[in-house]
Amino acid sequence: MRPLDENETTLVFNKLHKFVGNNLKNIVLESQSHEGPDANPGRYCFRLQKNRVYYVSESLIKRATNVKREKLVSLGTQIGKFTKAGKFHLTIQSLNLLAANAKHKVWLKPTSEMSFLYGNSVLKGGVGRITENIQVNDGVVVFSMSDVPLGFGDAAKSTVDCRKMDPNGIVVHRHADIGEYLRMEDDL
Amino acid sequence: MAGPVLNKKKGARALNPPPRKKQKAVFAVQKEVEKEELLSDSDVTDEPEKLEESDEEEQGMDSESEMSSDADDPFANDILQGSDDEDDEEEGSEGSDGDSDSDESDIEKRAKAIDDEKAREEEDAEAELQLNIKEEADEFRLPTPEMFPVVELMELIEAFEKPRPICLRTNTLKTRRRDLAGVLLNRGVNLDPLSKWSKLQSASSFLPVMALAPQEKERIVDMAAAPGGKTTYVAALMKNTGIIYANEMKESRLKSLTANLHRMGVTNTIVSNYDGRELPKVLGNNSVDRVLLDAPCSGTGVISKDESVKTSKNALDIQNCAHLQKNEAVIDYALKKRDVKLVPCGLDFGRPGFTRFRGQNFHPSLDKTRRFYPHVHNMDGFFVAKLKKMSNLKQTPQQQSETLGEVDEAPGLVESDEQNNVEGDGQKHQKKKAVVVKENKKANQKMNNGFTKLGKGEKAAASGNEKRVKRKRPSREEIAKTREEKRLALREAKRKAKTESKAASK
Repeated sequence: MRPLDENETTLVFNKLHKFVGNNLKNIVLESQSHEGPDANPGRYCFRLQKNRVYYVSESLIKRATNVKREKLVSLGTQIGKFTKAGKFHLTIQSLNLLAANAKHKVWLKPTSEMSFLYGNSVLKGGVGRITENIQVNDGVVVFSMSDVPLGFGDAAKSTVDCRKMDPNGIVVHRHADIGEYLRMEDDL
Repeated sequence: MAGPVLNKKKGARALNPPPRKKQKAVFAVQKEVEKEELLSDSDVTDEPEKLEESDEEEQGMDSESEMSSDADDPFANDILQGSDDEDDEEEGSEGSDGDSDSDESDIEKRAKAIDDEKAREEEDAEAELQLNIKEEADEFRLPTPEMFPVVELMELIEAFEKPRPICLRTNTLKTRRRDLAGVLLNRGVNLDPLSKWSKLQSASSFLPVMALAPQEKERIVDMAAAPGGKTTYVAALMKNTGIIYANEMKESRLKSLTANLHRMGVTNTIVSNYDGRELPKVLGNNSVDRVLLDAPCSGTGVISKDESVKTSKNALDIQNCAHLQKNEAVIDYALKKRDVKLVPCGLDFGRPGFTRFRGQNFHPSLDKTRRFYPHVHNMDGFFVAKLKKMSNLKQTPQQQSETLGEVDEAPGLVESDEQNNVEGDGQKHQKKKAVVVKENKKANQKMNNGFTKLGKGEKAAASGNEKRVKRKRPSREEIAKTREEKRLALREAKRKAKTESKAASK
């Protein structure tokens, strides 16, 4: 387990910024963690373990240093992983973190929830609500109508274009959804 | 507790009204939720369905809560109830009004569905037991006749064959039980809201966690954590504060563990892949507050020595073994090891925690362990013991034995008690095993700290119980044993404050 170096940090923050925008400072700088047995809440940091990036509170990090590298499996919340090519992808485990700080949101109608959870993209006909000012390739977090976060992805169209689209057009390219916990348990 | 069986029955009966009321209260809430949903739904046709569902729920609830048909139960008993004889029930449910370490002080669980194969095996085991009973020498007198009247044995077997309701646990980190219940009802699921449920889990799996009673900001170790049901429950109870070390020996099970942790929104956990025995080295001394170990006798359990802080540390050991022979072997083994460790470790006396549950017949100190019978509690058999570590001294057969000079509390008594308890436990385990396999019975139990579970195999040491407050004072050693051949579950005695509540409930 080690902290991220400069490049890695840049990549991670860029990706996060896509989804949370300015709330990034909430995540990184002003975070107050409530974990750990100490009375004094530390902050949250990122750590890299076996090319996976974890978002952990400082108190947990201190404790985890005892665990040997090959024996440490996971800590805190995993937010993403680095590919062999060096790119950073956010994974579904980061959903809670993203959903809490998301800038752009899309709400799905109940009828199209299941389709999204099976791994399909979001079609215009399935969109219930959508936040304003979404541009193409913005990070979007997908919710159900009852505000349950379902996953996240890339905006294929801006909000403005979205209104003019026909109902079968893709609005959000799906990156990750919570159905993956069942479908791709082994790959997580 | 004198006459555990009798006490239990009485206790069970006494318990019935309160749990039922509680259920009704809960249920009333549930109904309100439903009504709200009904109103919000403009679909009128849903109403009759929902009312039906609530009726069924109520029925299920009542049938579950009542042990014997009481007058105030308006609903017909379902099959599960019908099989139980009022007088012969082995009731283990504890008054829910005991100290509640957590919100779920009153929790009723339902057992899972059971395989037919298991039922057959158990019947065989049962037959064996009965044979054994006749033949056994003193050392192994199976307390079957004492524990279970013959009629009850039959019930046990019958109970095994009946499928148990599936329990769900609510992931309180993400939702509330009410919301979840509402959603499930919308989808047509018959739901009996008895506790916080939302994840399909064996009912008995909740018990150790409840007995463990983790507090916020504690350091907890879960030594056999995969697939993560208990760990996530612990995290939910702690509201993501503190630290949980989730350890799993088998790599293949690690993935499911991490996936579950992340999915349930657990953020305070460190997952590692050690053999449980190595954990003390990794974590260091004086590092954890509580330890949870669920060790199936099939050998995946690990008994390790865990030295924790000298101040009161509680560890909960759950043993969950499945074979008669294994039970005996484990018990013998444990006995041996226990003898070595008993004196130095100074296990707490078992004190009856949950009076309703069946404790050790032979020794009061093992009363603190808890056994759950399928036929009594309507859940899988399970055995729980909570140990408390008194001091940091440890002694293993492999190591040089150090005499522990610090044990003040009647070590001799403890020792003999423990030994007796062990034997008793062993025997009980044997019997229980057959019994445990499946027993149907109303699951009117209150889970408070210190459940006793029927160990499928190994029984944990009787756990002393004292109030939480008390545990701060004495420090106890945790006893962990490791089997050379098989890994044993960790036994720990725990003091609970139940003494008083137990006395009260008794």
